[in-house]
Amino acid sequence: MLSLYLFYFLSTVALISALMVLLSKKPIHSVLYLTLTFFTLAGHYILLNAQFLAVVHIIVYAGAIMVLFLFTVMLLNLNLEGEFQKSTLMKFVATLTGGMLFLVLIGTLKSFDVGTLSEHPELTQIGLVKNLGKTLYSDYLLPFELSSILFLSAMVGAVMLGKKDKN
Amino acid sequence: MDIQFVLYKLILCVVILLLSLMIAMYATLAERKVAGFFQDRLGPNRAGIFGLLQPVADGMKLFFKEEFMPANADKVLYILGPSLTMLVALLTSAVIPWGGTLNIGGTEFALQVADVNVGVLYVFAIVSIGVYGIMIGGWASNNKYALMGSVRAASQMISYELAMSMSIVTIVMTTGSLSLNEIVAQQHGMHWNVFTQPIGFVVFLICAFAECNRAPFDLPECDSELIGGYHTEYSSMKLGFYLFSEYINMFISSAMISSLFFGGYDFPFMNDLGLSHNMVTILGTAALFIKITFFGFLFMWVRWTLPRFRYDQLMRFGWKGLMPWAIVNMVLTGFLHLLFKK
Amino acid sequence: MNQDSTKISLTNRSKVVSNKKMTLLERFYLPAVLKGMSITLSHFFKREVTIQYPEVKRPFSDIYRGMHVLKLDDEGRERCTACGLCALSCPAEAITMIAAERKEDEKDLYREEKYASKYEINMLRCIFCGDCESACPKEAIFLTNRIVPSQYKRIDFIYGKDVLVEKKDARVDVSKRQTPEVLTFKQDKSKSHNK
Repeated sequence: MLSLYLFYFLSTVALISALMVLLSKKPIHSVLYLTLTFFTLAGHYILLNAQFLAVVHIIVYAGAIMVLFLFTVMLLNLNLEGEFQKSTLMKFVATLTGGMLFLVLIGTLKSFDVGTLSEHPELTQIGLVKNLGKTLYSDYLLPFELSSILFLSAMVGAVMLGKKDKN
Repeated sequence: MDIQFVLYKLILCVVILLLSLMIAMYATLAERKVAGFFQDRLGPNRAGIFGLLQPVADGMKLFFKEEFMPANADKVLYILGPSLTMLVALLTSAVIPWGGTLNIGGTEFALQVADVNVGVLYVFAIVSIGVYGIMIGGWASNNKYALMGSVRAASQMISYELAMSMSIVTIVMTTGSLSLNEIVAQQHGMHWNVFTQPIGFVVFLICAFAECNRAPFDLPECDSELIGGYHTEYSSMKLGFYLFSEYINMFISSAMISSLFFGGYDFPFMNDLGLSHNMVTILGTAALFIKITFFGFLFMWVRWTLPRFRYDQLMRFGWKGLMPWAIVNMVLTGFLHLLFKK
Repeated sequence: MNQDSTKISLTNRSKVVSNKKMTLLERFYLPAVLKGMSITLSHFFKREVTIQYPEVKRPFSDIYRGMHVLKLDDEGRERCTACGLCALSCPAEAITMIAAERKEDEKDLYREEKYASKYEINMLRCIFCGDCESACPKEAIFLTNRIVPSQYKRIDFIYGKDVLVEKKDARVDVSKRQTPEVLTFKQDKSKSHNK
């Protein structure tokens, strides 16, 4: 019962803050609202008994990626008024494409069986570290290792880009 | 979820909150006293005997100071900054095991608010969002020194977080658990992690200094270059929150170091003295606080000994000094673990 | 390098700066850090040099040059004749005075026919060199081992006769600085100082 109320609370906050990401005037506020959205998502993970995922979600998204976003936005100083004024045609096209994407999403979700919230989500143990680790290192070993190689190459690429040109 | 359990946890929360605040309060006095002794001075000794009322006087002064807000500051974020810093500083204490269990009327009460099975990761999550308070406050002040301080804080914290987590990974490897309670329990009987993980301990200690923004890593607030850094524009109790949270962070870091590497509430001959269960628990908590006091002293000792890093030195030390050592330690531990355990 | 060895060292503590490559142990910095920390820890246990000022006072020498006093003679008459030598000798030009003629009924107040009706020392200008004391031919002005107290206003630092002249019932002892040697030295006109 408590988790149901929490679910509705978190969902409301998530939706409002997600909307505020789009609606707020200052870029900094958008970034902070996005961070809040991530926190509510982490809350959802905890409700689904996936504590590991929740904490990693906070560490990676809220703790690292969003800080870098914030960093960039702060240093770019995007507070100048009127920077995002676009012509009427652009606005029209943007609304049209956005609306079409929205339609497609609704259509997909309608035909897709999302599944219902399990009666006792706390009984599923897959979200716990031990089980997750076992699954990751047995059933999904190849994708896991491949993604680590992807990260490594990305890191090497970043270092290469960041290096001073010798010439 | 009976009412007794909820009530007990509530009481524990309040006690730990008050304890953290009290300790942070008196840590400010201790800092000034220790600084005085290191410089052959006495430190504050006028307010009360040994200056014991000095923190109260300081707090009163901060409360009655003028609340100043820069004209072009982002009002909401300007207030959010210090509040967030304080909140995050207090959050970590939830997963630290402050002692064993107390047996009252046949019911076991654990001296830990939440035994999260991803406790170590929880601490990292909190530490990683700790930078928000500083960044938001620094940016909202609309001051270039404050912004510079907050940018420094962010990059410093992200850099040192990596080496810190890698030094913890070794502990997780040998313990096989992410729960802080479990990690402490496995160190009972003087099997302290510091004996098996000396490199990891040193790396973790240095990173803890950096994460707390303490000297020699206090670049975000270095008064000589940035006139206070991220809290340049803050006054009154908002400034107090920033300064206060630094001491809470210090206290929590000391507790973390004690729990991860020095056996937490474990003390020598814990189970051989023939004391009652509750007595052992109380003595254990006392032992933990002695360890915390020592590390708090270490924080101050280092602050009044070592000069501040230069910014490029800080980055080089974090990435080229600590990171390789943490990785070497991790590989070595994994290798030895495979070789000797089983 | 040869030049350095011939240089005279005053303290034997100066070190020649070099950019030599550090050894492996030195590059770890930890030994150096521990060394520094042991030094600070040794200071932790050293005796503190603090003097708790208002309760405990640092003992001053008797010939300390502090706040001035205008002496009275043995019968309680002012010795100062407003000759102006102290003002003339003052390098900071801190002393001003106005001379006046003594009335018949003031014989027990002033020793000589001329006296200073107004005598002011600006303590913010005074550098406490003691030249006024040396210049005074009447042994009237002395510096004492008292401290000039702090004030909130600049005007309060201009000391008049009400502060400077010693009280009849609270004489200031200057015998330590008015030794026979000092007196004979002051009488000796062959010294360029006294011309």
